Amino acid sequence: MNAALSIMIFDENRIRAAIIEEGLREAGHTHVVVLHDIVGLARQIEIIGPDVIVIDIETPNRDMLEHLFQLTRSVRKPIAMFVDRSDTLSIEAAVEAGVSAYVVDGLRKERVKPILDMAVSRFKAFSRLQQELADAKSALEERKIIDRAKGILMKSRKLTEDEAYALLRQTAMNEKKKLADIAQSVVMAAAILGS
Amino acid sequence: MSFIPTGIDQHKSGPTSPATIRAASAKLVRAGFIPLVDAAVLIAASELGFATREGIQIDLVKDVSWANIRDRLAFRQFDIAHMLAPMPVASALGLGSNPSPTIAPFMLGRGGNAITLSVELYRRMQEKAGLAGHEDALTNAKALKLVIEEMRAKGEALPVLGMTYPFSSHNYELRYWLSAGGIHPEEDVKLVVVPPPMTSDALSAGAIDGFCVGAPWNMVAVAREVGRIVAVKADIWPSSPEKVIGVRPEWAEQNPQTLSRLIVALDRAAAWCDIPDNRRDLAQILAEPRYLDVPIDILHRVLAGQFTTDPNGTERTVPDYFTFHRQGANFPWISQAQWIFSQMVRWGQVPYSAEAYRQVASAFRPDLYRNALGCRSDIPMEDVRIEGNAEDDVFIDGTTFDPEDIRGYVARSRIRNIGSEATNQSDV
Repeated sequence: MNAALSIMIFDENRIRAAIIEEGLREAGHTHVVVLHDIVGLARQIEIIGPDVIVIDIETPNRDMLEHLFQLTRSVRKPIAMFVDRSDTLSIEAAVEAGVSAYVVDGLRKERVKPILDMAVSRFKAFSRLQQELADAKSALEERKIIDRAKGILMKSRKLTEDEAYALLRQTAMNEKKKLADIAQSVVMAAAILGS
Repeated sequence: MSFIPTGIDQHKSGPTSPATIRAASAKLVRAGFIPLVDAAVLIAASELGFATREGIQIDLVKDVSWANIRDRLAFRQFDIAHMLAPMPVASALGLGSNPSPTIAPFMLGRGGNAITLSVELYRRMQEKAGLAGHEDALTNAKALKLVIEEMRAKGEALPVLGMTYPFSSHNYELRYWLSAGGIHPEEDVKLVVVPPPMTSDALSAGAIDGFCVGAPWNMVAVAREVGRIVAVKADIWPSSPEKVIGVRPEWAEQNPQTLSRLIVALDRAAAWCDIPDNRRDLAQILAEPRYLDVPIDILHRVLAGQFTTDPNGTERTVPDYFTFHRQGANFPWISQAQWIFSQMVRWGQVPYSAEAYRQVASAFRPDLYRNALGCRSDIPMEDVRIEGNAEDDVFIDGTTFDPEDIRGYVARSRIRNIGSEATNQSDV
């Protein structure tokens, strides 16, 4: 039912932009345009005449947009940030999540709110995804370093793999440290000692 | 207000950086800033213990755009923020997207801006007007006009000039300088917004032909041999309001003690920043990656006002290029908010009205400044004055600004946005 709304997504982060676009299409919006590059943005806005612009808060180019919207002559339709300023809660949530939205004045709040809510949840999902990715990466790193520490202990103290692991774990418990930190120390010490 | 200002005697003999004393229950104040030299007073207040001594812990958060600063202050992610002086004025008038009430009880000092043109454009000005390289800002503007006339005659594209924000001192100063030289900022050139850290890249890539921006970005463009400085802020109007501490009125009302103590801390920090012997230390702090992330040497030269104006090494020293504290540099003159308003009217951002005039007067809060610092010989008794009326504080075109006569002042400007007063763009 909102299919007629034209939505522009400006995000230099292509993955995030794609995630938002997908969400909007799933919600039945067919007029979605994604831009990654500030070059030509003004002309694109003029040609497409979007009703809603969703933009990443971390781009310094927001100030350029402010200027653009100040010059209503170039954009023609007056654009304001957020359709209803009294709805501070959902705007706060947006700012918190790192997204801002510019909306053509006169659009009804009911039409814009789901778009904004969707963008907010997609932004959050994206940062969660990034965090998970970072966690997974560091988990992999930790496993590698523990394996190396085990190998060093097995060689230098003639232990089996299980014994080496038990020794690392016991040390970590005694020292109240993470297993990976102890393993890191073992690897570093071995490197310093040249073994 | 039960707070009694402290350390005034010490201030007279030259303040030193106090040792960091951790107050048992320091009040946390979250402050947004943009990495620019004129955030120095705020950063120094936090780094050097001036805030801690007043029982305040400043949590500094670096941001990337003025629009973000405005929004994050409005939505309570920040308690206070480093802002462009025209921003609280625009908010009071409901201009820009998402305007939200903001007051300015403290100015962060004077100076810092400059106008830089591309080496190529300046070379044309030299050819056309016979510039030797040491001409003043007005002569440079007039030379640019000659080049623009030539460009028009030859059907060339007109110069594109960058500034930082529609409601910025840079926008108004650039327009003021162009107009003083007879150039219409909306007909003879094209003005665009370029984020400060991108200015020298944009200039070198040929996307723009010049810009007006704060320190250190002009010096950076010269150091990269792509730009030529043709005017500094003091050439256009020394007192021109630059950055302020912006506060939500509701936060100010709920935290009067904290605000007063914050103003005291900022006042001490500003006095410290003004002492030439402290420049090296200040440059070192500002150079850190979490602040400006710019080489110390450039910052030190900027603070000292030592300019290399062109890639050939032409030197110019601007005394008081930055004034952080002296000459009432932190006092929020209501007449300066009114001057900003006059420029908004002049360029068609807002129509003049008696109501708008009243709203503007509430954006700057000299009462809060006085309240915090008490009676002091360097704090003016009045809130309004005729601007540009002192021997060492003249506008580049020699006019004066009487806040009582904004309409007459705008009408007397030969170059302005004619007919702009009829259109209402107040909701944009």
